[in-house]
Amino acid sequence: MDSVSTGVSIKPYARPPKGSQPPSLYEPYRATKKRAPLKPLIVLPHTLSEITGPIFGHERVGEKDNDLTCQHAEEPIGERIIVSGRVLDSNGRPVPNALIEIWQANAGGRYRHVRDQHPAPLDPNFSGAGRTMTDEQGAYRFITIKPGAYPWFNHYNAWRPAHVHFSVFGNAFITRLVTQMYFPGDPLFAYDPIFQSIPDERARERLISKFDLETTQPQWAKGFKFDIVLRGPEATPFEKS
Amino acid sequence: MKKADTDMIPTPSQTVGPFFAIELTTEEHCVKCVAGPETPGKRVWITFRVLDGDGVPVNDAMLETWQADSNGKYKHPDDVQPKELNQGKLDQRWLGFGRVATGEDGNCVLETIQPGRVAQQAPHLMIAVFARGMLKALYTRVYFAGDPANDEDSVLRLVPAERRETLLAHSDPARPGYWSFDIRLQGDYETVFFDV
Ligand SMILES: [Fe+3]
Repeated sequence: MDSVSTGVSIKPYARPPKGSQPPSLYEPYRATKKRAPLKPLIVLPHTLSEITGPIFGHERVGEKDNDLTCQHAEEPIGERIIVSGRVLDSNGRPVPNALIEIWQANAGGRYRHVRDQHPAPLDPNFSGAGRTMTDEQGAYRFITIKPGAYPWFNHYNAWRPAHVHFSVFGNAFITRLVTQMYFPGDPLFAYDPIFQSIPDERARERLISKFDLETTQPQWAKGFKFDIVLRGPEATPFEKS
Repeated sequence: MKKADTDMIPTPSQTVGPFFAIELTTEEHCVKCVAGPETPGKRVWITFRVLDGDGVPVNDAMLETWQADSNGKYKHPDDVQPKELNQGKLDQRWLGFGRVATGEDGNCVLETIQPGRVAQQAPHLMIAVFARGMLKALYTRVYFAGDPANDEDSVLRLVPAERRETLLAHSDPARPGYWSFDIRLQGDYETVFFDV
């Protein structure tokens, strides 16, 4: 790798193992064809610009923003669920005070978005957007309803498995992660090119939340666990000359 | 130190999809203006235009931006430069982070402060591009055309000379402070993206 000399010694972040992240171009997901770079990416040794990033969020999060079932006059329709987990870095260290933003379809598989024309009903009591901060242990918790699967136009009879979109800020601009959380046992996994775009099967399965009896509340809501791992600093420090 | 086991592999990225605007880019959650009215430095407006491989404007992209203040200092504990943090004294609202969404014409505008030199790097912004059809974010950098520091920037030097132009924002001679920067996701003048 070329070196960059900026006169400041920094500790770089580890790069994800091969096959654990999706490629930019994945033909079965049609929209990638015109939106993926075809020229080689330039491998960038990390500088201060990469290893720093916005640390914020508290001012953006209201007290009830992590409960998507209480944003309206009445409760939304659907199966009430509790989604919780921890945000860790790849060295196993908790990532505290990280902003998590989520968005999802309603129980019928419809987003409250002008471009969603799926003929399923909107739920007047469900916006489908929420946010929270991780605590000192990197833990977070959302209350929401299970989203429905929804059709799209990628290929004939294409349906997305039920999912919740997650956006997470870590410590650095390059630890930024946008991903999707899925539900165990979804029969649509095999047909979904977005899920299947991740080459490594074990990495792919990390996007599937686990049913969790521990966080399930009797007579009220099922619990699902979803841990998120962000890139962490390289384990071995090295010196810049 | 023990090597990270499989459970500690970073979570795979997935596309933001077509509907992220309901959370990420609501009026409340966009950051179209990075600076407060009192933030010191040269105020600039950067118009970004995002185009796909056919040159068609991408009307559903989100850009996130990250930069140092006019003194070349990031608002972050890992910035160990012995510099005085401009905004620390003068503008508590400064963070250095922006978030904008493209409109129907594929354009969006960011109002900010021209960053200073970070260590020995030329003034630049970091950009992360998100969109439907993008399974993971693409990272690029915005440099300012005509800045003499560009010639000695060690990151620009990693880029083949004929492609460096794609990383330069250009100023509008008719409107001081206004710059434009095209992000071509694919094609002949494909923007340089970095493997970070
Ligand atoms: Fe979705």
